[in-house]
Amino acid sequence: MFAADFDYYRAGSVAEAGQLLAQHPGAKLLAGGHSLIPLLKLRLAVPPALIDIGRVAELRDIALEGGGLRIGALATHAEIARSDAVREHAAALAEAAGQIGDPAVRNRGTIGGNVAHADPASDLPAVLVALGATLAVTGQGGERSIDAGDFFTGVMMTSLGEDELLTSVRIPSAAGRGTAYVKFSHPASRYAVIGVAASVALDAGPGESVCTDASVAIGGLVPGPVRCSAVEEALKGRAPSGEALAAAAAAVAQDLGGDLLGDVFASADYRGAVAPVYVERAIAAAAGRATQA
Amino acid sequence: MKVPVRITVNGRRFEHEVEPRLLLAHYIRDLGGLTGTKVGCDTSQCGSCTVLIDGVSAKSCTTLAVQADGANVTTIEGLADGDALHPLQESFWDRHGLQCGFCTPGMILAAYELLRTNASPSDAEIRHGLEGNLCRCTGYQNIVRAVRDAAAQMAAADQ
Ligand SMILES: Cc1cc2nc3c(=O)[nH]c(=O)nc-3n(C[C@H](O)[C@H](O)[C@H](O)COP(=O)(O)OP(=O)(O)OC[C@H]3O[C@@H](n4cnc5c(N)ncnc54)[C@H](O)[C@@H]3O)c2cc1C
Ligand code: FES
Ligand code: FES
Repeated sequence: MFAADFDYYRAGSVAEAGQLLAQHPGAKLLAGGHSLIPLLKLRLAVPPALIDIGRVAELRDIALEGGGLRIGALATHAEIARSDAVREHAAALAEAAGQIGDPAVRNRGTIGGNVAHADPASDLPAVLVALGATLAVTGQGGERSIDAGDFFTGVMMTSLGEDELLTSVRIPSAAGRGTAYVKFSHPASRYAVIGVAASVALDAGPGESVCTDASVAIGGLVPGPVRCSAVEEALKGRAPSGEALAAAAAAVAQDLGGDLLGDVFASADYRGAVAPVYVERAIAAAAGRATQA
Repeated sequence: MKVPVRITVNGRRFEHEVEPRLLLAHYIRDLGGLTGTKVGCDTSQCGSCTVLIDGVSAKSCTTLAVQADGANVTTIEGLADGDALHPLQESFWDRHGLQCGFCTPGMILAAYELLRTNASPSDAEIRHGLEGNLCRCTGYQNIVRAVRDAAAQMAAADQ
């Protein structure tokens, strides 16, 4: 399959990418290309030009900064999955990145492209919402940062402006908390049918530990990641195990509402029915890590 | 618009002016004349187009030639050392890791990537590492055996 013809420009820096975006209306940024190139080949996207940011070295770094992580937009899924800093401070993100597609996809796909593309079946959006990430973007109007919870606005829609470029993802350290990502993969595409990210804090007192704070988000079966506040509320002050956990996980039905996505492989009803199981597993895995911490 | 690209394929340097929409898979096959790299699904699913870009596996049907400008690309034709086959090639042969052979170039390069990142994988890790590569003939058993054997041979050769 051949894409329709397009012009190609390569940016050497963030500033240059911004200039090229301003000069070429309708142009699309190209990072790893693992969402965009398939769309170009199917001619579902027919941009007049691509601006390749794949070589902008300043967007590659993964660094610890002010007690949290700063992950450059061009960090690949493979780099994130094996980064010691990410595994220590945002285990759920490393876990999710390591389950994306297959090794060759993880070698080229980037975190920036993944979130900017905002595919409902992507793994990283729910993780970034659960971990309280903020996204740093830059455009003609200057720099701003957007809470992950406000970034995803619908199926393949975000609050990113036409002239804006995502530069990095910032994640507060989850040290002391436990975080996890649990996924029901589509058996052929390996995209998320259901994906749940959880971050849990437990009290350190004697006796059975209870959950003092939880942050849970779900994706795959909804247009954009959904924060599960009913689940979080039901968990507070309860032990994250047994019946209390099952009851809290069941509350995800309230968070999801009635408008679920489905396909020939997994209907909306089926996904809705299975969702509590994945919520329960994610919270249990996160809690297991919190107690070890 | 045409864009100049320089790509080294299996040690040989190529220079061409290409349309930006040209896929690396077609660049290698049509301009490089190397037809070992196969285009199977053309939709990023089957892995038969897998090559190494600067030593790291990539699906060449989902990579533009312009993205590989300046890179060293290795295809199945570049894996042998002269007449001496790579241990992975030898063991695919010995273990009957192929039938029609269409998936084999991609399968071997995906296995190369696996052994690069994990020198002694378990059978489960081999299956997981080859998750992005489909074979419609073998049922995978002999592919797993071949990769297991190659890993053992490569480890022995390293000692
Ligand atoms: C076979 C296959 C399986 C996959 N499986 C999964 C999976 O299981 N889970 C999952 O989450 N994903 C999956 N993906 C998608 C993969 O994660 C992509 O890599 C990712 O969604 C896009 O990242 P990219 O760097 O390739 O972006 P590109 O394809 O280059 O870009 C995607 C979009 O984002 C825009 N963009 C890119 N970078 C920026 C930036 N810095 N600022 C602003 N806009 C930007 C582009 O203009 C484009 O619109 C799969 C892809 C394939 C091909
Ligand atoms: S031809 Fe590239 S993945 Fe199938
Ligand atoms: S040997 Fe025929 S597809 Fe694998």
